[in-house]
Amino acid sequence: MGALVDNADLLWQGFSATLLISVVAGILAFAWGVILAAFRVSPIGPLRTFGTVYVNVVRNSPLTVMFLFLGGTTSALVGIVIPVSRNTYFGVTINNGIIFAIVALTLYTATFVCEVVRSGINSVGVGQAEAARSLGLTFGQTLSQIVLPQAFRSVVPPLINVFVAHIKNTSVAAGFAGTELAAVSYRLSNANPGDVFGIFIGIGLAYLAITVPLSIAAEQLEKKVAVLR
Amino acid sequence: MSAPRNLLFDVPGPKAILRDKVYTVVFTAVIAGLLGWLGYTAYTRGIFDERWQVLWDPQKGGQAAADVWHSLLVRGLLEGTLKAVVISVPIVVVTSTVLVIARASANSPMRAIAYLFTHVFRGIPVLLVMYFGVLALSLSPLVSVVLGLTVYNTAVVAEILRAGIAALPSGQREAGLSLGLRPLSVLLRIQLPQAVRIMLPALVSQVVVLLKDTSLGFIIAYYELLTVTKNNYNYFGEQTTVVFVLAAAVIYIVVNMAVSRFAHWLEDRLSRTRTSVGVIEPPAVRGGVDAAGIGANTRTPYSQI
Repeated sequence: MGALVDNADLLWQGFSATLLISVVAGILAFAWGVILAAFRVSPIGPLRTFGTVYVNVVRNSPLTVMFLFLGGTTSALVGIVIPVSRNTYFGVTINNGIIFAIVALTLYTATFVCEVVRSGINSVGVGQAEAARSLGLTFGQTLSQIVLPQAFRSVVPPLINVFVAHIKNTSVAAGFAGTELAAVSYRLSNANPGDVFGIFIGIGLAYLAITVPLSIAAEQLEKKVAVLR
Repeated sequence: MSAPRNLLFDVPGPKAILRDKVYTVVFTAVIAGLLGWLGYTAYTRGIFDERWQVLWDPQKGGQAAADVWHSLLVRGLLEGTLKAVVISVPIVVVTSTVLVIARASANSPMRAIAYLFTHVFRGIPVLLVMYFGVLALSLSPLVSVVLGLTVYNTAVVAEILRAGIAALPSGQREAGLSLGLRPLSVLLRIQLPQAVRIMLPALVSQVVVLLKDTSLGFIIAYYELLTVTKNNYNYFGEQTTVVFVLAAAVIYIVVNMAVSRFAHWLEDRLSRTRTSVGVIEPPAVRGGVDAAGIGANTRTPYSQI
């Protein structure tokens, strides 16, 4: 643990980077995932097809492929070169690795959000949507005013679990020049071969500090939802 | 999988049919336009040049197309990715059974250790465990990959099995005990076999998760599909990156979809012949998320990403 204490600033930087990627990509993935879920239950065929194809393709390929794809092919395919900025937000220097991580995790996690939200939509009683339709609400109104609010309540626990996995997935950025917790563990253990165990215990605890409270919250909520039904 | 319920919109009347047709045309045009635009900008960057030839007629270093595909499919997929899967799965089967036994044991320190193991290894990234194997334990990349995959999946599979056991009618256990079996025998001979059976789809989709996670080996220099991909585009030059990354993505998708298909087939088959366990629905796994490989089925039990 000594090496971690000596490099507390680096540890803190890694921790902030993990948090920053998790939060920014998490919010974006949630928005994109809900849109995808709406596509997949919509009455418009092309949108349904798009949603289905996107979700199945992205979910069946590993996150690492997504990183490689963004890193290696975006400039060739669409000519987007991610600008190298060196701005610092919340103590995190935003380099290419962080931006790739945010984009890749947004595109990837959104598919899991989509499937969870969609299962929530399917779990809302048929009568709810029927009643809404018989009141004359349109598809958009039925979805946004009646079904989704009820769906969200029942999918909060699985959604939290998606985000726990999402937070752990930010570690993949370590392999692609993102300086977050896993990258810090790699860098410090190369620099301090005598203290490798302490470093990994410390970094592991840092991850657990984020993930365990979330999964405990999910378990508690799950019990609550189970009672409510 | 039942037919999708149209719960959000009515069976359309003549007006709605017309409107839907208009929307269909409009959105098809929008999506086709987007794809076309993507294709066009890629085209202006010369994406459709001879770089794709590398897949059937590579022009460098006396390599034949067979060599390229051999490297991708045999050395990468078979001897890298699938090897790690084939080694990890049997280990996970044994260790997760042990963990289930430990969580059900009468010995409270044992239960506490099992509980801690589950929560710790579900909460830290697989990649961190792989790094730990390489850097702290000085293991080879293959062993580190297997270590990372097994500790995480042990925790998850044990939770899946526990959820399955919890879903069984309590009479199963009571009947076993009243026959004079020890609690351990009841668990191993009566509860676990039935739990495995009702949770099979979740267990198979966990294999998809495991298969996807082998790609983390790329980061710790384990020789698998993505490492081969990188070696290939480094050898054939920068412009073939697109070609090889897309080829690798297609290979992953095909393999994973095949496994998911298998899960669906299994689920169908089991739901037709499920007699011994009656009408038990597979329960949601606490701490799990929607199955990774299996798509549209809300009844499909949850498993981890």
